[in-house]
Amino acid sequence: MPHVSFTSHLTRHLDAEPGDAEGATVRETLESVFAANPRLRSYICDEQGALRKHVNVFVAGRPVADREGLTDAVAHTDEVHVMQALSGG
Amino acid sequence: MSDRIHLGTRKGLITVTRANGAWRIADTDFLGDPVTMTLRDPRDGAIYAALNLGHFGPKLHRSRDDGRSWDEVALPTYPPEPGPEGFNPNPKTPWKLQQIWELTPGGANEPGRLWAGTIPGGLFTSTDSGDSWTLVRPLWDRPEREHWFGGGYDYAGIHSVIVDPRDSARVTVGISCGGVWVSTDRGQSWTCKTRGMFAEYMPPERREDPNIQDPHIAVACPGSPDHLWVQHHNGVFRSTDGAENWSHIDAIRPSKFGFACAVHPRDPNTAWFAPAIKDECRVPVDNKVVVARTRDGGESFDVLRDGLPQDNAYDIVYRHCLAVDESGEVLAMGSTTGSCWVSDDAGDSWRTVGANLPPIYSVRFA
Repeated sequence: MPHVSFTSHLTRHLDAEPGDAEGATVRETLESVFAANPRLRSYICDEQGALRKHVNVFVAGRPVADREGLTDAVAHTDEVHVMQALSGG
Repeated sequence: MSDRIHLGTRKGLITVTRANGAWRIADTDFLGDPVTMTLRDPRDGAIYAALNLGHFGPKLHRSRDDGRSWDEVALPTYPPEPGPEGFNPNPKTPWKLQQIWELTPGGANEPGRLWAGTIPGGLFTSTDSGDSWTLVRPLWDRPEREHWFGGGYDYAGIHSVIVDPRDSARVTVGISCGGVWVSTDRGQSWTCKTRGMFAEYMPPERREDPNIQDPHIAVACPGSPDHLWVQHHNGVFRSTDGAENWSHIDAIRPSKFGFACAVHPRDPNTAWFAPAIKDECRVPVDNKVVVARTRDGGESFDVLRDGLPQDNAYDIVYRHCLAVDESGEVLAMGSTTGSCWVSDDAGDSWRTVGANLPPIYSVRFA
């Protein structure tokens, strides 16, 4: 199953421990993370479900292409990194 | 007389208190995080801080122990955006919360009721002290929203929410840029009321269009709620009949442009402004920070400068950054370049609380 980790910047605001998740797309993977940690949702996504403007998500080292629909594929061996963009600081 | 002020700043919530007659910075919460608005609810003492995190978006925190600890509470969020076939007066505006710009308590007879004005133009209300929020659809769905546009931000925003202390169902909101709207039924229906206002920044045929007026801030005198003041983009306007009619106040000096306005809690003829050079420049007139005060309903103004920077100043006072306390004697003002001043004599003289603070977004007695 994919492994998800978070920028340490997030831990200033809430718990965001790295861990295994479930899903074949970015959306499914993040939803499994949010199910375990509901507060994380509003930090990573806006209310329409898109990635926040200044949040980047990488799957196996590649930035996700579909920031609105989060349809990028995630393999069960992938590392998923949730990072802050350098913009927005 | 108030002894505490909350400054919402680019780098946190700064608390200023008075001890032994002197105002000093006492504490900073949310260090490093932009705080766009604060509220101390006079009904139950709860304190609210609206954050706008650079990476992670808007957040709302509440303290029930006078600021010693904070809990994150629900965020006003927009419902799912309709598709191309759905009703949407302004499809160019995203249905995404960008900033909480205003927080106002409901009436004394409705504990737990809060109002939140936001960018991109949604008004929200809570009946449970911020544990949940509802978008006020009757305003958001007005077809006139098609004509609203951003003033200083990319999208329109609600910066002023006034609840009538005589009748908490009567709510007045100010929108940049979208006029002044009044509801008499707690938000179920709305009327735009700008008769007498004009917009110099629009073509002549749309000069008096209600839906494009830019009231930078709207305030009402708590002791005389039908008396309202607006610092508009191109001047000061006043209403003495509950926003039905607005009079242009052209006596203000040294300039008619500004963002902020504060009105005396009981005397509707007394109000304070922070004039500046208008949008193409946005600096203090002659680089001198001043406050303009009228005590006769706008017939004349005193220009107050004792204790304020009179050389090489670039301070602009944003719309939520000039406040008066419930006595009408104590004023606090904060600037874009991180200065905070307090006056204990209705603006006649000012003392500097801090000159190297972060940019200040809101100033509220607490």
